[in-house]
Formats: sequence, structure tokens, C-alpha cells
Amino acid sequence: MNLKPETLAEIEEAIPKYPEKRSAVMPLLHAIQKDQGLLSNEAAEWVAEKLEIEPIHVLSVITFYPFFRQHKIGKRHIRVCRTLSCAMADGSKVCDKMLTEFDTKLNEVSPDGAVTVEFAECLASCGTAPVMLVDDELYENLDESKAEEICQRIKTEAIQA
Amino acid sequence: MVVHPKEQRIILKHADEPGYTTDIDCYMKHGGYEMLKKAVGMDKQAICDEVKNSQLRGRGGAGFPAGVKWSFVDRKSGKPVYMVCNCDESEPGTFKDRQIVHKDPHQLIEGIMISCFATDCAKAFIYIREEMPKGAEILNQAINEAKEKNFVGDDILGSGYSCDIVVHRGAAAYICGEETGLIESLEGKRANPRIKPPYFPAALGLYMCPTIVNNVETLCNVKHILEMGADAFAKIGRPNNTGTRIWCVSGGVKRPGYYEVAGITVGELIYDICGGPKDGRSIKAIIPGGSSMKILKNGERYTGKDRDGNEYDWGIEDIPLDYDGIAAAGSMSGSGGMMVLDDSVEIPVALANLMAFYSHESCGQCTPCREGSLWLKKITTRMVHGEARPEDVDLMKSVADQIEGRTICAFGFAVAWPVQSYLEKFEDEFREFAQRHSRTGGDRTAAKELACNH
Ligand SMILES: Cc1cc2nc3c(=O)[nH]c(=O)nc-3n(C[C@H](O)[C@H](O)[C@H](O)COP(=O)(O)O)c2cc1C
Ligand code: SF4
Ligand code: FES
Repeated sequence: MNLKPETLAEIEEAIPKYPEKRSAVMPLLHAIQKDQGLLSNEAAEWVAEKLEIEPIHVLSVITFYPFFRQHKIGKRHIRVCRTLSCAMADGSKVCDKMLTEFDTKLNEVSPDGAVTVEFAECLASCGTAPVMLVDDELYENLDESKAEEICQRIKTEAIQA
Repeated sequence: MVVHPKEQRIILKHADEPGYTTDIDCYMKHGGYEMLKKAVGMDKQAICDEVKNSQLRGRGGAGFPAGVKWSFVDRKSGKPVYMVCNCDESEPGTFKDRQIVHKDPHQLIEGIMISCFATDCAKAFIYIREEMPKGAEILNQAINEAKEKNFVGDDILGSGYSCDIVVHRGAAAYICGEETGLIESLEGKRANPRIKPPYFPAALGLYMCPTIVNNVETLCNVKHILEMGADAFAKIGRPNNTGTRIWCVSGGVKRPGYYEVAGITVGELIYDICGGPKDGRSIKAIIPGGSSMKILKNGERYTGKDRDGNEYDWGIEDIPLDYDGIAAAGSMSGSGGMMVLDDSVEIPVALANLMAFYSHESCGQCTPCREGSLWLKKITTRMVHGEARPEDVDLMKSVADQIEGRTICAFGFAVAWPVQSYLEKFEDEFREFAQRHSRTGGDRTAAKELACNH
């Protein structure tokens, strides 16, 4: 495991916060996924050893929670809310717009590797529906033209990076 | 931002004021942490009594009286007691905890610390959903600031009492909002809810120690109860429905949003405050307390006898907007997330949208819930896609009836109630919809978009 120093620091800081080590599974997986982009079997074994539990305990957590993943996604993680309030506000059209702009399908890495577009369940912002998350950023009151603007921004940022 | 004259802001008093920020200096300039200072000089039991006498009820879903919950904590075991603040906020339609965490985090921290001191908790956890990464950052920053000022940590304000707060992030699973699922998740496991009894958190919670689980808004209220006194707090709203509540309104109204109110009706909220339906639309139904609660149909009369024997006969707009009012109308105020469905929304399609949610979020432990929610998704989806079968409407009801009450946790009700209540109130629409969409050639684009489950 080749983890960045700041990831290792985050991990060392997380473990003693809990009365029992095993509780640090999720914070460790968050840190490693952020560092590596996904959670490999090697990562599961590493976490298991670190927390003195069995790898299967770590794997059972990885496979339960939708946010933890064992596969690669695009550089940016786009999650469009699909639940009722957003759907009533045409969230589906926003999602379709994102898919066409990046010439991709739901849950797949776009051909240019820039994004993966997924559906998310209610993002707790239904008053400003429809909404989506791009990585850590929440975008609210969306429509197709705002979605297009956001796509353009992502594309420009991808070129600059 | 203009606050509607019918609002009564206590929890959200400062949140949207221009210039109000999340840093501790701003909070303290507005009188922040004065109640914690007062609390640490008080008798612990006296604080618990205030909370009990205030009749504060939980704001997370079930509406259980907070003071009574605290009194259930098993003290005989001698084990440490833990406090868990439930900030999973995943019930569709709900977005109030988000406002508190993002705009006034110190209020929550003060509420948690007063509550921890009163109940003598060894440690507190804030379980925040993964999809609020900024919220988690803000909370961590605020906790660090509070530690520097000795409001959190060792020997708080020289009282001899020590308590730390740990922010724990979820990973996008709705079931982590259920308190025992949350506890399993905090222990580093799958969020499979535990069976009650015996696993009532107050007796066997986190690490099998007594644990108090309260919602964000509930814990914020504790500070205000101490500030105004239990009696004054109990005068806000109606008896047994005391204090304000933050209602979240989404869907078919002119002004969706979050509104802190007390003692008003459903009509005052959706027509006066939210401006009523959008132009050219009318209100068809409301889902009053988050998507798990039973639907209320507009145009129907809600009749019965209250506790004192008085008869009532309400239209949807007359229903008192509180726990007992909405319960008297046959639903529940739940998490305060109100979804308004206007006449453009086809009820079977709304149900298809929600069944995709529930089937995705079932933890999978109980067969009726795991299999039943999937069946319900399949049936409602084929209805939307024009492939309904003649028996489908009755089949849906039968599946829902077989989930209800046969599961480990209340998620089972959350799946069954929408199905049962939508069918009860809109059966004709379901039958008509199934028929209409099963004729070949119809345009199903709009229905597919609203179901949003491809
Ligand atoms: C399926 C399910 C999901 C829940 N989600 C939440 C939630 O997101 N936030 C919350 O505070 N309570 C949620 N609850 C209720 C909690 O189990 C618990 O009753 C509540 O946090 C207690 O706090 P309170 O008494 O202050 O309301 C949920 C319950 C169920 C059955
Ligand atoms: S009712 Fe559903 S969510 Fe709850 S424990 Fe059973 S399977 Fe899991
Ligand atoms: S339904 Fe989309 S944020 Fe709640």
C-alpha cells in the first residue's frame, strides 16, 4: 500500500478517537478511497491488519455501503438526486443532460475518463430541487441550461488540470 | 432572506441573518455557550427534569419524549453511557438538520454538551451522512474551536466533567438513520438494525453500553429549554406538541423551503407561508412527514374524536400541523419533511419512484423487507412501463400487508405505509393508470422520468 503521508496521518488520527478500534473502519476506508480512488483487496487487508480484525469484516463493510467502491470511476464523481422531490422538479432531465454532454451512460466512466454519472437518493436538499453533487460540491435549483454550464466548467477544469 | 411573519424562529433564529457565520466568536457574540456555562453549575437531574417537563418530543421520526428517553438509561450496569446525535438526515423530503449544521454548528455542539452533561455521558458521536462532506468539515472545525475554549474536552469549564465529540461519516446508506443500524455502523459493521427488545439503545446500545440517540433538532432544543425554562417552552405550540418545529416543504408549492413554526395548521404552512400551488395547478395530496409516512388526500374530510372527546371534521388545510394533529388525520409528522404533490403528479408513478428508493435501501436482513420491497419496485416499474398485469393492484397490497409488522426494524413500515395508503386513497387512479398505460402505443416518457428508476 502506497498511501500519501497526509492519508497516513489522517488514519493515525482517526483510530484513537474511538473506544474500540473496529469503529475506525469507515473513517479509514474514507481516507483510503480518497487517496486511491477505490478500495482494493489489498486495502481491505491493510485496514484489517491495522485494526486487528479479519479482512472479511472490512470487505463486508465495503460491500454494504454504496459510497465505498471496488471499481474505478471518472475523475469527477457526479451524483444526481433521483428521489421524488427532485424527480418532480425534472431531475431526470438534468441527469440526461449530464449523460449526453459527456457522451456516457449511467454508472460508467465517460469515454474521456472525465466523469462518472450516477443517481443518488435524496440528498437532503429537496427545497432547492433538483440537486446534484459533483464530488463535494452541491448544486441546487438545476435545470438543463445550468447543467450544461456545469459540464462546461468540468471540461475546462479537466483541460487545465 | 425574509422570514415569514407566521414563522417563529428559535432554532433558526440567526441561521439566515446577514453576516452570521459559523465561527465561535460570532456564536458567542450572540449569547452562545452561556447555557452550557449555566448547565455545568446546575444539578444534572434538574436539567433532565427541565427537559422532561418541557415535553420536548424527538424531531427525528418517532416523536418520543426526549426527557423520558433519557430517564430510561440503564445506570445500574456501571458501564459508560454514550450520546449519539443522529445527523443522517436521509428521509426523503427532509433538509432541516442540514441548515443547522451548515449555518449554526455551535448551537448543535452546545445542545449536545448540555445534554451529555445532564445525562453524564462519557463520549458523544455525531453520525453525519456521507453526502454532507462540507457539514462534516464545518462540525470538525467548530468542535476544535469549542475545545480551545474548553467547552468540549477535559474538565469542561472547570466542572470536573469531561466529554469529547467525534464526528463519524456514513457512506450513503439510508438505514444508518435507524438508531440501531446507526449503532452497528458506528461499531464498524454493516448497518443491520438490531431487534428490540432486547437491544433498546438506552440499555444495550453502542458497544453494548447504554446509549442515547437523539436527532440534531431535538438536541438543539435542549439549549433553548434551559434558556427559557420548561414552562415557557411548553407554552409554545399545543400541549404534548411543545416547542417549534422546522418543517421542510418540497414539491408543488410556490415557495418550497424550511420554515420554523408552532401552533399553525397544514393550510397555513402550504398556502400562506409556501404560497399555495404553482400557477395553474392544484394540490392533490401531501406526504406529511418524510416519504415513509402515509399520504393525505386533498378534498377528503378528516373526522374523529380527540382525546377530550371533542369531535373534529377537517379539510386537509385544517389539520393542526403537529404530532397529534397529523396523527389524528391518520398519518405521522415523522421527520417534518412535507412533500406536496400537485395535480400533475400521477400517484402510481410517485409510488414507483419511492419503491425504487426503498428497494435500494433495505438492509436485506429480513426476507419480507428485502424481497417485498423488490417486488414492489418491480410491480410499480412495470406499471410505469406499460406492462401492468390485471392482478397487480391487488398483488401490491398483498405484498405490502405481508411486510408490515413482520420485520426487525421500522423500515418495514416505511415500505408498507406508502403502498397501503396510496392504494387506499387512490385505488381508482391505480386501476385506471394500469389500464391506460397497458394499451400499446401511449407516450410514457413523462411517467418514466418521474419514476426515475432506469
Ligand atoms: C428507516 C429509518 C430511518 C431513520 N432515519 C433517521 C434520520 O435520518 N435521522 C433521524 O434523526 N432519525 C431517523 N430515524 C429515527 C431514529 O431511529 C431515532 O428514532 C431518532 O434518531 C431518535 O431521535 P429523536 O428521539 O430525537 O427523534 C429513522 C428511523 C427509521 C426506522
Ligand atoms: S426491516 Fe428491512 S431495513 Fe429493517 S432490518 Fe429488516 S431488512 Fe433491514
Ligand atoms: S429528493 Fe432530491 S434532495 Fe431530496
